[in-house]
Amino acid sequence: MKYDQARWTDGKTMEGEDADGQYEPLLSEKNSEEVEVESPLPDELTRDSVELPELSEPELARHYTRLSQMNYGVDSGPYPLGSCTMKYNPKFTEDVAALPSAGVHHDRSDRSLQGSLALMHGLQDYLAEIGGMDAVSLQPPAGAAGEFTGILVAKAFHEANGEGDQRDEIIVPDSAHGTNFASAALAGYEVVELPSGDDGRVDLEALEAAASDRTALFMLTNPNTLGLFERDIEEIADIVHDAGGLLYYDGANLNALLGQARPGDMGFDIMHYNVHKTFATPHGGGGPGAGPVGVVSDLAEFLPAPRVREVEDGDGKYERFEPESSLGKVHGFEGNWLVLVKTYAYIARLGDEGLTDASAKAVLNANYLASQVDYEVPFEPFHHEFVASAGDQDAADVAKRMLDYGVHPPTTKWPEIVSEALMTEPTEIENKDTLDQLAEAFNAVAAEDDETLANAPNRTTARRIDQTSAARNLRLSWQSLDSEE
Amino acid sequence: MSGRHESGERGSPYAPHTAEETEAMLSAIGADDVTELFDIPESVVFDGEFDIDERTEREAERHVRGLLSRNDDLTEFLGRGHYEHYVPSLVDHLSLRSEFLTSYTQYQPEITQGFLQALFEYQSMLVELTGLGIVNASMYDHATALAEAALLAARVRSTDGDRVLVPDYLLDQRRDVLENYTDGAGLSVETFATDDGNVDTDALAEAIDDEAVMVYAENPTTRGTVEENVEAIGDLADDHGALFCLGSDPVALSILQEPESVGADVVVGDAAALGLPTAYGMGLGLFATREDFVRQVPGRLVGASEDAADNRTYTLTLQTREQHIRRERATSNICTNQAWVALRTAIHAAYLGPEGLVDLANDCVRLADDLAERLDGISGLKAPVHDRHHFREFVAHTDQPAKAVAEDLEAEGFAVHAVGDHEVQVCITDANEHAADDLVAAFEEVA
Ligand SMILES: Cc1ncc(COP(=O)(O)O)c(C=O)c1O
Repeated sequence: MKYDQARWTDGKTMEGEDADGQYEPLLSEKNSEEVEVESPLPDELTRDSVELPELSEPELARHYTRLSQMNYGVDSGPYPLGSCTMKYNPKFTEDVAALPSAGVHHDRSDRSLQGSLALMHGLQDYLAEIGGMDAVSLQPPAGAAGEFTGILVAKAFHEANGEGDQRDEIIVPDSAHGTNFASAALAGYEVVELPSGDDGRVDLEALEAAASDRTALFMLTNPNTLGLFERDIEEIADIVHDAGGLLYYDGANLNALLGQARPGDMGFDIMHYNVHKTFATPHGGGGPGAGPVGVVSDLAEFLPAPRVREVEDGDGKYERFEPESSLGKVHGFEGNWLVLVKTYAYIARLGDEGLTDASAKAVLNANYLASQVDYEVPFEPFHHEFVASAGDQDAADVAKRMLDYGVHPPTTKWPEIVSEALMTEPTEIENKDTLDQLAEAFNAVAAEDDETLANAPNRTTARRIDQTSAARNLRLSWQSLDSEE
Repeated sequence: MSGRHESGERGSPYAPHTAEETEAMLSAIGADDVTELFDIPESVVFDGEFDIDERTEREAERHVRGLLSRNDDLTEFLGRGHYEHYVPSLVDHLSLRSEFLTSYTQYQPEITQGFLQALFEYQSMLVELTGLGIVNASMYDHATALAEAALLAARVRSTDGDRVLVPDYLLDQRRDVLENYTDGAGLSVETFATDDGNVDTDALAEAIDDEAVMVYAENPTTRGTVEENVEAIGDLADDHGALFCLGSDPVALSILQEPESVGADVVVGDAAALGLPTAYGMGLGLFATREDFVRQVPGRLVGASEDAADNRTYTLTLQTREQHIRRERATSNICTNQAWVALRTAIHAAYLGPEGLVDLANDCVRLADDLAERLDGISGLKAPVHDRHHFREFVAHTDQPAKAVAEDLEAEGFAVHAVGDHEVQVCITDANEHAADDLVAAFEEVA
C-alpha cells in the first residue's frame, strides 16, 4: 500500500532544513479578537474582556476539514491496536443517536421517558444475557469507570458482611491493563500484583499464595492480554471464592468470546462491558465510551442508582428505581447516553448470529494475520489478538515505521512479559486482502535496519516528534506558546 | 443495501469474509474450522443462544426509532447541571468526519496531528475562559471532575487534613460521586450553609479550618444564581491553605468574573454546554488548574513540541502521570474520556467567537430575568425565589404543591424541575426561548 498523509502548513520556513512551518495554522493566529464584556450584570460581577478566535463559518469548515485530513481513523485504514478493538462503527448508529427523540433531559418524569427507559431496559437485558450476568448498571462512562464501580460493588458486599475493613487487598495480574491497578488504588485498596506463569497465564500456586482473608477482589481479563484463554478459570474462581473474595471480569477482551463463552458461566461475579470495543461505538479520538457493569444476583442490590425495571402490572411501562443498598452514583447523570443508544442499535442489528460471527471472524483474523507475520509470537493459542515480539528491534520504532506503510501500528511494549511487544488485534472487519497488506507492512519493517526505523515516519503529517522537548518545555496552550516567543 | 450482506449468509454484516476467503485463511492457519481456534474448556463453553434477533439495517433503525418515539414530545425548560444551547450544524458535520470519529487516543501523534491540534485549541480556549494555565482533555462530566479536583487537592496539600467543604445547594448526585471517589483517600465531605442562593461567607468562615483541603462553590450555582462572593470564598480558602474549586461552564465563564482573578485554583464543570445538545446528562468534564499543579493533574494533556524536521507539532505529554505508565500511583484511573465531545465544544466555541459567546451568555441573563418577571406576575407564583442575579435558570415559589404544578405543566407539554415542596426550577436558553410565551400561558393555567 502506498500512503502519504495530508500535510497543511503555512509554508513559512523555520530554522530546520526541511522545516516548512507549523501545520494548519492555529485558530488564534488566524484571527484572534479581544472583546470587552458588556453585560446586564453589574460590573463587579463580570470580567473585563474575552479573547478568542473570530472566524467565519467557511474558514472554520476548512480549518476542521484540514485537521481531519491530518488524522487517521478506522475508516482511513487498518487499525490493529491491541486491546482497543478498533472495529468499524456502523453509520446508522450515529443516525439513531441523533434522533430528536433521543435528545431528552435526564430529569424528566419516568412517564414522559418511556422510550429511553425501554431502550435502557432492553440494553440491560441484552448485556446481562451476553455476559451471563443477572443485573446490569449502564451508568459508568468508560471501562475504567466500570472497574471502579465494580470495585465499589465488591466493597459494599464485603462491608455488608462485616468484612469491609479486613478485606483491603485487590489482586491484579502483572499483565493487566494500567486502569485495573489505578482503579483499585482509587478505591483505597492495596494492590497485590500477581506474576504470570511461564505459560503466560495465571499461576495457580501464586494465586493460592496471594489469596487470603484480606482479598476483596481478583481482577482478570479472559482471554488475557496475551490473547490466551485462562483455561483454569474454574479453579481460579474456586481459589478466590474459597478465600472469600470476589472475581472481576475486565470486559476489554469480550470480542473474543461472543456466543462462545460467558463470564457469568466461568464463575465471574462482576464484570464491565467495554461497549466502545465490543459493541463498535466510535472511539472518538479518545472517547466517549461506556462501561456498563454486570453482576450476579447476590450483588444486584449494590449497583449504582438508578436502574430501570418494568412496572409491576404496568402494561409494559418502565420506571427508574434505586437498588436496595445502592452504592449511589459514579456519574452525575446516567453516563454516556448517546453511546448507550449506539450500543443498543449495534446489538439489535447483529443479533445472536451476528455477534457470534463477529467473534469467530475476529479470532480467525488474528490467527491468519499471525500466520503471515514474520515476527515471533511467543504465546499461543491466542484468540482475537496476539502479541508478537519485535525481537532485536525497538517495538516503538517498529510502530513508527509501520505508519509509513499506511497502517496504524499495534499497541507496543505491553504486556511486558513479551519483550518488545507488538500487541495486535485486527478485529473481524478486515478481509484477507487487507490482512495480507498488513502482514506485508509488518514484514517489510521486520526486514529493515535500525536506522531506517529510527528515522521513521516520513509519510505522515509530522515526522518523529520530540517527546522529551514536549515534557521539558511544557506548552499546553496558545498562551504558553506566546509567552515563549 | 449491498446484496452481499443480505444474501442469506448469516453473520456479522461488518465482517467482509466470503466463504472462499474464510476457507483460504483457515488452510493457511492449518485449521479445518473456526471453532478449532477457540481454546475454551468444554465445561464453560456457552452453547445457548442470547435470543436476540438479527435485523437488517432498515429494521434495526426502525426498531430503535420506534422505541425512542415512546418518549413524549415535551418542550424542556430543564437545566440543573445539564444545559442545551443551539448547536450549529457545522459542529455535527465536521465532528462526524470519519477521520476524527473513528480514531482513538493519539498514541501515535505523527499520524493524528489533526485531533491533537483540535484538543490543543480546546485547552487553549478554556485557558482563556478560566484564566488558569492548565486544562486537561478530558474528564467524564462535572461530577467526576469535581471528585478529581478534591483528589488533586488532597495530593498537593502539604498538611494531612481531610475535609472537603461543599455548599448546601450541591446536587445530590454530585455529592454522591464526590463521596464515592474520595472515600478511598479518606476524605470527608462536609456541607456549609448558603444564604439566599449564595455562599454564606460567615458560615463558611465558621466551618473552615486548617484541616480543609478544598472549598467548592459554583458560579452560576445549581439554583441559577450568580455568586457574588467568589472573591471572599477564594480568600477564605487561601487563608487556610485549602484549594478553591469553582464549578462553572464555558458560556457562563465568558462574562462572569474570571476564576483565576478571584483566587480559584481549580475550575470544573460541564463544558458540553457548548457542542452537545441535551443528551440525558451526557457531558464533558471540564478540568482547569494552576500551572503549579501540572504534574498532579488527572487525564490527558496535549502539548506542543517539534518533530524531526523542526516543525511545530502536538503530542500527548506528561504521560508518566497516567495509569498506563504509573499504574496504582497514577493521578487518576481515567483512560477513555470525552475527547470527541471536546472537539465539538471547541468547534462550537470557535464558531461563536468572543462576541457570539458573550452575546449568548448575556442572553442567558436576560432570558432568565424576563421569564422570572413574567412568572412573578402570575398569581400563585413568586419568581425568582432568590433576590440575586440569575443565569439561565431560577427557582420559583408555587402556592400549589410543586409536584402537582410540574405534572400539570407536563400535561400541557412542558417539563420543569420540582425542586422543593413549593419550588419549581425553570431553565431558559436560546434553545427553548421560542416557547417562552406558551410556557407562561401554561403556568397561568396551572399555577
Ligand atoms: C484490558 C483493558 N482494560 C481496561 C481498559 C480501560 O477501558 P477504558 O479506556 O474504556 O476506560 C482498557 C482500555 O483501554 C483495556 O485495554
